[in-house]
Amino acid sequence: MSVQFAIAVTHLVSRKRPTLVSLAGIALGVAFFLAVSSLMRGSERDFIKRLVDNSPHLTVYDEYRNPQPQPATLRWPDGAVELRRVKPLREVRGIRGHAQKLAFIESLPGLRAAPVLVGSVVLTFAGRSEGVTLSGIVPAKMKGVSTIEDKMTQGSLNALAVNPNGLIIGEGLAKKFGASMGAVINTVSPAGEPRALKVVGIFRTGNANYDDTQTFALLKRVQGLLDRPDRVNRFILQFDDPYAAREAASLIEARIGYKAVSWQEASEDLMSVLLVRNLIMYSVVSAILVVAAFGIYNTLSTIVMEKVHDIAILKSMGFHARDIRRIFLAEGVLLGLVGSSLGLGLGLGLMALLAQVEIKPPGATELIHLPIYWGYDQYLLALGFALISAVGAAVLPARKAARVQPVTILRGMG
Amino acid sequence: MNPILAAEHLGRVLPGEVPVTLVQDVTLEIGSGEFVAIMGPSGSGKSSLLYLLGLLDTPTSGRVWLEGRDTSGFGEDELAATRLAKLGFVFQFHFLLAEFTVLDNVLLPMRRLSARPEDEARQRAADLLQQFGLGDQSHKRPHQLSGGQRQRIAIARALANDPLVVLADEPTGNLDSRAAANVRQILHDLTRDLGKTVVAVTHDPTFASVADRRVGIVDGRIDPDWQV
Repeated sequence: MSVQFAIAVTHLVSRKRPTLVSLAGIALGVAFFLAVSSLMRGSERDFIKRLVDNSPHLTVYDEYRNPQPQPATLRWPDGAVELRRVKPLREVRGIRGHAQKLAFIESLPGLRAAPVLVGSVVLTFAGRSEGVTLSGIVPAKMKGVSTIEDKMTQGSLNALAVNPNGLIIGEGLAKKFGASMGAVINTVSPAGEPRALKVVGIFRTGNANYDDTQTFALLKRVQGLLDRPDRVNRFILQFDDPYAAREAASLIEARIGYKAVSWQEASEDLMSVLLVRNLIMYSVVSAILVVAAFGIYNTLSTIVMEKVHDIAILKSMGFHARDIRRIFLAEGVLLGLVGSSLGLGLGLGLMALLAQVEIKPPGATELIHLPIYWGYDQYLLALGFALISAVGAAVLPARKAARVQPVTILRGMG
Repeated sequence: MNPILAAEHLGRVLPGEVPVTLVQDVTLEIGSGEFVAIMGPSGSGKSSLLYLLGLLDTPTSGRVWLEGRDTSGFGEDELAATRLAKLGFVFQFHFLLAEFTVLDNVLLPMRRLSARPEDEARQRAADLLQQFGLGDQSHKRPHQLSGGQRQRIAIARALANDPLVVLADEPTGNLDSRAAANVRQILHDLTRDLGKTVVAVTHDPTFASVADRRVGIVDGRIDPDWQV
């Protein structure tokens, strides 16, 4: 232990009350920082979980982010001739080479992917017609990327897997048609052949629009109905860690060329609202630590004033100005470290306490627990803020102490 | 005589609206092993001269030579390093660190210099205290001891790094006559037994009488005619 550090420790230990008050300030600051941060971040995660669970984490579309250049433009990039109304080659729309592309996506860790062909069809049943969205799916893969299986009120995705002419509809549509399980519904698309499909499952998500207009059938069947053989136009991805979606989106888009939209991109407006909310929250809780830093400043300034003779004798003895500065900076660091360690313990206690709290929101039927975020980044943030405030508070007293001129003090005594 | 500490036309003026001259044109040579008493009336500038000789203050004119080296070009760090290794100070007030034990107070300069391993430094500190009759007090706090004992601890601290010169500013000014006699004897023994050079500011005539040489200071100048 260096002599400077020994002096620093002695200064703090010999002034128990101011030291404890400074420590309490930092400890309470860190504890509140953690409690508020864990609650806010927890509720944010809770909100996002609801947001992302009901939609894919990442969707790859059969579109390009920027339109493909025309062949004439590629051939004569500086040409003055403009060709209008150039018709692209007649081509069945969809993701080209989807099997290899899907294989590539599935080779990435921590995600599940499912191919989908989405199209519009008209369903006719008992004299009524409804235009709906029909998604052609592979049931085994769909289970990995969607919560639809949990939302089935009758039948299941497995029933679709074994019945090539099966159809799954939402509860809203079933009510409109007055159709129940086993009903045979006529399906027509603008391109392909009409076909009669049998209802093998009914789901209810709670989102009325979705329950009214979304239907599922087997991928092969939908490819036939829409006359797009061996085509898919979407990949739907689900991640173990939803926050990995944004990075994966740019990787996938760079690799396969098609537009890949993560849930973060799709709900950018909400994400920026959450970011602003976090900024406000962290400014407020950091302000607590800044206030606590004034306690440290006060304590250290008092020590410098009380110990001016000690400083004078140390300097006359041959201690450098920087030795003196280090003593007081070390006191700031010590108060910051010990205070924030105490605060960490206190904060964890508060968080555990908050996690026990049960509330019943108005209109809800179940008790819910407060959502608490336990991520380590907020501890680092709290420690960082606490240490910066503590050292910042020590800078001025340390500089003042380092500038003490022993002769000035000695003359004053004589 | 080979001077260990010398002042050459030394002057110190405190700047301000009305500049105050503390020391002017002092030329002085102090030999190794000499015991010099600087004397003079209150406010004559004798303490200021001691601070200049001890490299605590920087002169506005002239220079201080230590061991034949001109110190006028030294930066603040080099001055501090020189004070640490070569000079020892004893003041009128003991200036011991109240929260540290007697032993730790004596250890402070050695720990800062860190020329000796810790156990050797502790041994040396204990020996110094023993030498001044404080061997059994080493784990007490300064406030538990008498004024004379504290001043002896301050002397032990000044000697910790085995300095060339011990500078004392009214070392007996705050002591009763018995304690003063004891401190006087110790400083005297330093020159006789250990070959240290001692420069002491005092207005105690008894103290001055045991010195090898007396230098009178009046109005910041050396006054050869000054008598107690």
